[in-house]
Amino acid sequence: MSLTLPLLFIAALSVGGFFIARSRAQSAAGGDIRKLASLPRQHGLNTALSTAIPALFAILAWLFAARLLSYRETAPIWVPLAIIVIATLGFILSVMRVSVTFRARTAAEGWIRSLLIGASVIAILTTVGIVFSMLFESINFFSQYRWQDFFFSTNWSPNFRGNSDLGILPLLWGTLYISVIALIFAVPIGLFAAVYLSEYASRRTRSVFKPLIEILAGIPTIVYGLFALVTVGPFLRDYLAQPTGFGDSASSVMTAGLVMGIMLIPFVSSLSDDIINAVPQSLRDGSLGLGSTHSETIRQVVLPAALPGIVGAILLAASRAIGETMIVVLGAGAAARLDLNPFEAMTTVTVKIVSQLTGDTDFASPETLVAFALGLTLFVITLALNVLALYIVRRYREQYE
Amino acid sequence: MKDTSMTKNIKISANNIDVYYGDKHAIKDVSVQIEDKTVTAFIGPSGCGKSTFLRCINRMNDTIDIARVTGHIAIDGEDIYDPRVDPVQLRAKVGMVFQKPNPFPKSIYDNVAYGPKIHGLSRNKAELDEIVEKSLRRGALWEEVKDRLHEPGTGLSGGQQQRLCIARAVATEPEVLLMDEPCSALDPIATAQVEELIDELRQSFSVVIVTHSMQQAARVSQKTAFFHLGNMVEYDETDKIFTNPEDPRTESYISGRIG
Ligand SMILES: Nc1ncnc2c1ncn2[C@@H]1O[C@H](COP(=O)(O)OP(=O)(O)OP(=O)(O)O)[C@@H](O)[C@H]1O
Ligand SMILES: [Mg+2]
Repeated sequence: MSLTLPLLFIAALSVGGFFIARSRAQSAAGGDIRKLASLPRQHGLNTALSTAIPALFAILAWLFAARLLSYRETAPIWVPLAIIVIATLGFILSVMRVSVTFRARTAAEGWIRSLLIGASVIAILTTVGIVFSMLFESINFFSQYRWQDFFFSTNWSPNFRGNSDLGILPLLWGTLYISVIALIFAVPIGLFAAVYLSEYASRRTRSVFKPLIEILAGIPTIVYGLFALVTVGPFLRDYLAQPTGFGDSASSVMTAGLVMGIMLIPFVSSLSDDIINAVPQSLRDGSLGLGSTHSETIRQVVLPAALPGIVGAILLAASRAIGETMIVVLGAGAAARLDLNPFEAMTTVTVKIVSQLTGDTDFASPETLVAFALGLTLFVITLALNVLALYIVRRYREQYE
Repeated sequence: MKDTSMTKNIKISANNIDVYYGDKHAIKDVSVQIEDKTVTAFIGPSGCGKSTFLRCINRMNDTIDIARVTGHIAIDGEDIYDPRVDPVQLRAKVGMVFQKPNPFPKSIYDNVAYGPKIHGLSRNKAELDEIVEKSLRRGALWEEVKDRLHEPGTGLSGGQQQRLCIARAVATEPEVLLMDEPCSALDPIATAQVEELIDELRQSFSVVIVTHSMQQAARVSQKTAFFHLGNMVEYDETDKIFTNPEDPRTESYISGRIG
C-alpha cells in the first residue's frame, strides 16, 4: 500500500479539524468570544497542526527507517494504518481539549516550533547522509588502492584493464590553478563594480545595471563553456600563447580561468553590493563630515565595515569555482597534468569525477570508486574553506562590534 | 553677498536660505549672521529644521540626493556654495558632531586619528599620539579610555561614543564646530564637561549648537536662534531671547507651551 492515501487522509482531516475545532470553540464561548483564553481560529490552528505534524513525522521516520534497513518494497499494510491512527488520535485529542480556558495559542506555537526544528533536522540529516554515502564508497576504494598513492602520486592515468595510476595531485593542482586565476579576475572587477554601483551610480544607472548583472548570474555554465571553447580559447591561443611561445593549445588553464572569472563577477558584485549598501549612512556622513573625500571614505570606512561580508562573498565564489565542471571540460580540456604554464591544457577534480563515472562502469573497481574519494576530498576542501570564512568573519566581528 | 560678512566679527553669513527635500519645504527663507568666537544655539521644536539648517553650513546636504539648497552662505566672506569651492575642504574647516553617535568600526585611537591622518596634521607617530590624547581630553573621555585606546570605538557606551565623536571632530582643528544635540545621550557630569569644552573652544572658534535643553542654551550660548516650522522666528542675544523675547511664538516655546 502506498503512502498517498494516508497523506490525503491527513490533509483532509487537518483541514476539517480546523473548522470543527473553530466552531466548537465558538459554541463553547456561547457567542462571547472574549470569554475564551484563545481565539476560535487559534483552536482551529492547533487542531490542524496536532493532526498533521505527528503523522507527517511518522511518515518521515518510516521512510528513514526503510532506507536504513534497505527495505525496498512498498510499505507493509500496518504502516499507513499506523499513520492514519496517529493522525486521528491527534485530531480527537485536540478537539476534545477545546474549552474556554485552554490556551490553544501556546499549544499551536509549540507545534510550529517542532515543525521548524523538524525542517532543520532534515537539512542536517541529508548532509550527513551525503557525507556517509561518500565515506562508505571511499573506504571501499581505499581498501583496494593505497591511500599514499592516491594522495601523493603525481600521476593520473586510469586504465580500465586495471593497474591504473590514480594520483589526485595533478587534479588538485588543476582545480586550484584554475580557481585562483578565476578569482584573480573576478574579485577585483566584481568588487569595483559593486563599489561603483552602490556608492557612485545614480539611482537610475543602478536600476539598470544591477538587474543586468544579475541576469549574467543566471546564464547556465555550459553556455560559458561554449564561449570558452569557440571564442576565448582560440583568441588566447592566437594572440597570446603562440606569439609568446607558451604553447599552441586552445584549451588551457587560462581560458577556463578567465571564463570562470567572468561567470563569478556577477556573483561577487551582487553580494558585495548588498553588503556595502547595508553599511549605515551615518558612518559615511561621519567620515565626509571630517573632510575626507568620497574615495577615502570608501577605502577607510565603508569597505572595512563591510569586510566580513565581502570575505564571505569571496569564499563563496571560491567554493563555486572549485566545484565548477562544464567550463573546465570545454575550456581547459581533460588532460591531467602538473604544469606551471597557464596556456597548457589541464583538468580538475570535478571533470575527472564525471569521466570516471560515465560509460560502462561497475561500481567495484578502483577506477570508478576513485570518484567518491575525489568527491570527498573536494567536499573536505570546500568545508575547510567555509570554516575559514566563518573564522575570519567572527574574529573580525569580535574586533569591531 | 559679501557686504554683511565683511563686518569684522561675522564668521558665517547666511542669507535667504531655502531647503527642499523633494517637494517638502524644510527651511524657509532663513537669514542669520553667526559671529566669530561665539557660541550660537539653535532651539526649536522637533522637526522644525535645526539639523537641516546646520547641515547647510558644511554642505552635508549635498550628500542627500533629494535635498536642494538655495540662497547664499559665506564663511569669512567666501561663498561656500560657489562652484569653485571644494566641499571636502570646507568640511575639514567646518567640523560636525552628529545627532546620533557614529563612531567608525575602528579602534578608539584610530577614530580620533582619522581626521588628522587624512589631512596630514602630524609629522610622526609621537605627534599623532599627542593630538589623540589632547582631543580625547577635550572630549572629556581620556581618563576613561586611556588604557584601552586600541579597543573598538563601537564597544563604548552611547554617551562615551558621543564624546568620542566630539573628540574626533575636535582633532582636525576646525574653525567652526557644528554640534547637533551633542549632549542628548550624556549624563550630567559628561554634559558639564562638554559644556566646558564648548566654552573653551569659543576662545578660538565659533560653535553652533543645536539643543533641546533651554538651560543648556542659556548656559553655553551668547546668541540664540529660535526655529519654528522651517522659519527662523527670532535671533538675538541669548539673554534677550530668554528674558524678553519679541515674538509670542518664542515666548510660548520657552515657557513650554509649544513644541
Ligand atoms: N533626508 C531627509 N529626507 C526627507 N525629509 C527630511 C530629511 N531630513 C529631514 N527631513 C524633513 O525636514 C524637516 C526638518 O528636519 P530636521 O531633521 O532638520 O529637524 P530638527 O529640527 O533637527 O528636528 P529634531 O529636533 O527632531 O532633530 C522634517 O520635517 C523632516 O521630516
Ligand atoms: Mg535634528
